[in-house]
Amino acid sequence: MAKRLMFEKPLGMRDTLPFFYNQKKQARELLTEEISNFGYMFMDTPILEYYETVGEASATLDQQLFKLLDQQGHSLVLRPDMTAPIARVAASQLKRAEFPLRLAYDGPVFRAQQTEGGKPAQFEQVGTELIGDHSSYGDAEVIALLIRSLQRAGLQDFQITIGHVGYVRCFFKEILGDDDPALTEELMSYLYRKNHVGYQEAVKALPLNEEAKRALMGLLKLRGEDEVFDQSKSLARNQECLQAINELKQLYKILKQYQVEQYVSFDLNLISHMDYYTGILFEGYAPNLGSLLCNGGRYDQLLPSFQLNASATGFAIHLERLVEALAKQSNGDERIGILVDDDTFADGLKQAQDLRQEGKSVLLQHVDQVPDLQQFKAELVEAIDLTTGGGHDA
Amino acid sequence: MMRKPLTIAMPKGRIFEEAAELMKQAGYDLLSNQEESRKLILEFPEQNLRIMMAKPMDVVTYVEYGTADIGIAGKDVLLEQDRDVYEVLDLGISPCYIAVAGLPNQPLSKIAPKIATKYPKVASDYFREQGEQIEIIPLNGSIEIAPLIGLADRIVDIVSTGRTLKENGLVEYEKIVGITSRLIVNPVSYRLKSKEIDEMVNQLSEVVGEDYV
Repeated sequence: MAKRLMFEKPLGMRDTLPFFYNQKKQARELLTEEISNFGYMFMDTPILEYYETVGEASATLDQQLFKLLDQQGHSLVLRPDMTAPIARVAASQLKRAEFPLRLAYDGPVFRAQQTEGGKPAQFEQVGTELIGDHSSYGDAEVIALLIRSLQRAGLQDFQITIGHVGYVRCFFKEILGDDDPALTEELMSYLYRKNHVGYQEAVKALPLNEEAKRALMGLLKLRGEDEVFDQSKSLARNQECLQAINELKQLYKILKQYQVEQYVSFDLNLISHMDYYTGILFEGYAPNLGSLLCNGGRYDQLLPSFQLNASATGFAIHLERLVEALAKQSNGDERIGILVDDDTFADGLKQAQDLRQEGKSVLLQHVDQVPDLQQFKAELVEAIDLTTGGGHDA
Repeated sequence: MMRKPLTIAMPKGRIFEEAAELMKQAGYDLLSNQEESRKLILEFPEQNLRIMMAKPMDVVTYVEYGTADIGIAGKDVLLEQDRDVYEVLDLGISPCYIAVAGLPNQPLSKIAPKIATKYPKVASDYFREQGEQIEIIPLNGSIEIAPLIGLADRIVDIVSTGRTLKENGLVEYEKIVGITSRLIVNPVSYRLKSKEIDEMVNQLSEVVGEDYV
């Protein structure tokens, strides 16, 4: 291996220069303010943990853990996420505290990268854990808080997709039975990788009747708005599945009360790489950002592995990615334009006002005053042409 | 209505022709400005599409990083690179397979057999599954030379007709996996542009006769 040059850093490690530092600081402050307003208490845990405890409890792949030895020869890890350390604290020092616990954190986590650039090995997570509340109100609070925090940080356009691991498991149980757990795992791993081709091939090769295969294929279609709840009923009907769907329905109802339902959609075949999730789980995406912005969900197995019998749910926001998404979003030049003529002015005005209400930047323009329609439309992120000629008369 | 165009990374060369034909049957005409064939980015504003012409091996990279929303990539590349993209449809085009080949009647060397290939991951995964420890010699092309000049015991390579093997006096030992081109999608685009993407996937699946349910 070549001798390291003076300026080189380990793979995936980055410097935070003053400009980016300030952007991060600003976003972090807004997020933590909103989280505090929901009554969550911030805490911190050590960077180093034992491999045997936090390292094994975390769902991070072994090859992604940074490992080292202490003076006594114990294996240590740089914490790969914050959920496992907080579970450790909740199950020990905070065991006698008043439950439900509302805890929050903000700090660096570490995941070793195998490949090339674009993926940091150290990044900052801001997140929450709600421990000891297993109700839908708990699930909804965490998702609503996530949405409110992102809004507070200034993010305008994003989407939270919600799924239910419990649903997927009992769905497979109804159709495939209990005899072959390896098969269920195989199908779940196709779903996790969103390898629909592999999933469909595997399903086709199964010795099942047509109806069962159709149901398995139909699972891929269960995504969209709340209509998926009804669609799901034609595929699997056992008690556990219905229970899971009811949980999602209840969640949706409460999210509507929080008035955040426009940010959520559902995907009943969503599966996360964090395999400690057991119930409702979610992922968040923002435009112009190639990868996940945030994720979270309900986990019932993690706390028992630290000898505390409790259910918990939480989210984590990838702070650097949030800053990137904020930097990329409309800084005033992403405008929607509505073209009108005398007949459609009233209609255009109403649409413009509705869109402005949603926080969009909208201009309303009478078509007679535009010298070059094509040029005009090219400057806009979206052009809504309400003129009778549909723009072709120019 | 104008929205940001859907960006598709397409492999240059032979697969492009086949893929463009499929797209055409699905209602997306990508052949209309072929005269600009040196251009790497082609715009189709009336269909709200943007095409990026890429080396087949690189399509997956563009899609993983989100610079393209969708891509058309061979299963061989997906297997070799193991990237974070969604594989949503088997387009069934450019069918071929990856196979182990070598000189006839030549048993695999007992000590550190050497395998020449441009698919190091596929090759080592395969031999590991067979309980065989091998050494990989990575090559970028004309893999068939390796056994002829004694560089390797076997090669692992794409076979479509078998003609190249035959003309170089090589025989196929085992078939590893069948390959076709797949439609792949960036995970974020899959969510945020789900309407346009679902429409395209549905149209294409009708064309290729794959019931996407």
